[in-house]
Amino acid sequence: MNHLFEFLLRQGDNALVLGHRTSEWCGVAPALEEDIALANTALDLIGQTQLWLGYAAEVEGEGRTANDLAFRRDAYDFRNMLMVEVPNEDFGRTLMRQFFFDAFQVPWLDALQTSSDQRVAEIAAKSLKEAKYHIARSAETVIALGDGTEDSNARMQAALAYLWPYTGEVFVDDDVDRAMADQGVAPLPSTLRGQWTATVTETLTNANLVQPESGFAHAGGRSGKRHTEHLGHMLATMQTLQRSYPGAVW
Amino acid sequence: MYAQMIKSEATQDDPEMLAAFQARIDAGEKIEPKDWMPEGYRKTLIRQIGQHAHSEIVGQLPEGNWITRAPTLERKANLLAKVQDEAGHGLYLYCAAETLGVSRDELTEMLLDGRMKYSSIFNYPTLTWADMGAVGWLVDGAAIMNQVPLQRTSYGPYARAMVRICKEESFHQRQGFHIMMAMVNGSDAQKRMAQDALNRFWYPALMMFGPSDKDSVHSTQSMAWKIKMNTNDELRQKFVDETVPQAEYLGLTVPDENLRWNEETGHYDFSEPDWSEFFDVISGNGPCNTDRLNARQKAWDDGAWVREAMVAHAEKKRARKLAAE
Repeated sequence: MNHLFEFLLRQGDNALVLGHRTSEWCGVAPALEEDIALANTALDLIGQTQLWLGYAAEVEGEGRTANDLAFRRDAYDFRNMLMVEVPNEDFGRTLMRQFFFDAFQVPWLDALQTSSDQRVAEIAAKSLKEAKYHIARSAETVIALGDGTEDSNARMQAALAYLWPYTGEVFVDDDVDRAMADQGVAPLPSTLRGQWTATVTETLTNANLVQPESGFAHAGGRSGKRHTEHLGHMLATMQTLQRSYPGAVW
Repeated sequence: MYAQMIKSEATQDDPEMLAAFQARIDAGEKIEPKDWMPEGYRKTLIRQIGQHAHSEIVGQLPEGNWITRAPTLERKANLLAKVQDEAGHGLYLYCAAETLGVSRDELTEMLLDGRMKYSSIFNYPTLTWADMGAVGWLVDGAAIMNQVPLQRTSYGPYARAMVRICKEESFHQRQGFHIMMAMVNGSDAQKRMAQDALNRFWYPALMMFGPSDKDSVHSTQSMAWKIKMNTNDELRQKFVDETVPQAEYLGLTVPDENLRWNEETGHYDFSEPDWSEFFDVISGNGPCNTDRLNARQKAWDDGAWVREAMVAHAEKKRARKLAAE
């Protein structure tokens, strides 16, 4: 197994799948300002995808491109965490997920800036600027919707309950993570858990939301061993043109 | 033109004030929100800017239809950015309308309950990826014909919004043309998609300029007020003259047997669109009218709890701040 390739797929697929989910909001958000902000987030994530998957394709050395990796792989070859592939459901779940993701990405990308791999460090530095903007907005929105009305509080609590079991996957170190840590490419994800928990606890408290006690974590996305049923539908939509017209130039 | 069939309001103001107002417009002065203006001018502008804003918002839907199916990461990002620009245009325009004393929420309600319209073009479906090219090339191309002169319109906030919008629209038009280029240089299936898209969008694009001048009853007052700068037929002719050579360059056939260059007039002769179809579309019977409005209604309803919560949170924050002082 090429550990660096696997590692890069994880970064790229997180950005791609969450970017795609976020782009599903285009034109139907609760207010114009939110529509524009969600499109910004999606654009940042698609841009990050191009960098991560572009580098992954180079590292693989099989002549594939970022587009080949995005549009011509099947679900079991995707390496994103499960949390980013579950459906948007509503604006509350979308922003709660974004917040959980951002709360990981900010310290993670910050650490990757000092990666022994120069390209990883460069992509992380660029992405971190965007992630900091994302978390400012996602945390603020989670607080506003948690604090807003009784109805909005209940919806955010439901979003929290749904997403919570998906938040733990990223902190369980595996062989890829250990290889990356040994080579100084990335820290072990488990070492970021404390920082993530502190950020999340503070925001959820300010949002008047009750953090679930369960420590159970779904897994299978980062390894590709067992994705949710939702990813296949997403890929069927996303990959339709590349699959229907193989080799066409768009 | 995202504004079609805008009815000019009759005005019953003091004749001397009206004459002075007209003199300002004739002198090329800009009218600003705090200036005196005839009630008819204000109402006509609200209707026109509102319709334009609604067109940007509803116009997000046919292109949004392909964001999740864009064929490459680059195309996906470009389309997303384009649709985001449209939301931004909607925002500028609603803000311009607000300076005339109508809120964004009021305008939205008028769109949803059918009192206000949006451009007929957005009631046509986008069926293949080539439609993303055709919409950019033809629809944004047609919009530019109308919006470039509107940068000189008499109402200051509208003219300034138009300056920003025009810059982005011409970028969108080029982006659409590039998609068409890729399609016509592609496989047979892609070429077929490109021709099919032109076949379906050509006449609806011509309809965007509104009915023929001889049937256009609302133009005179709006032109005197400089909120309409050219006649429908002038703009339609200009669009055809500019677009036909582009279609030829792409190797596509404009679906009009009567299309030919007229040496005498120095313009193309072309067939009028089927105006009965146009009137069907604007009276609610276009291919997508019901779906488009339902989509907007659903977004508005689904987002209500979010908007209410944001307001409630802002009020609580303010109260907490006051209590702490």
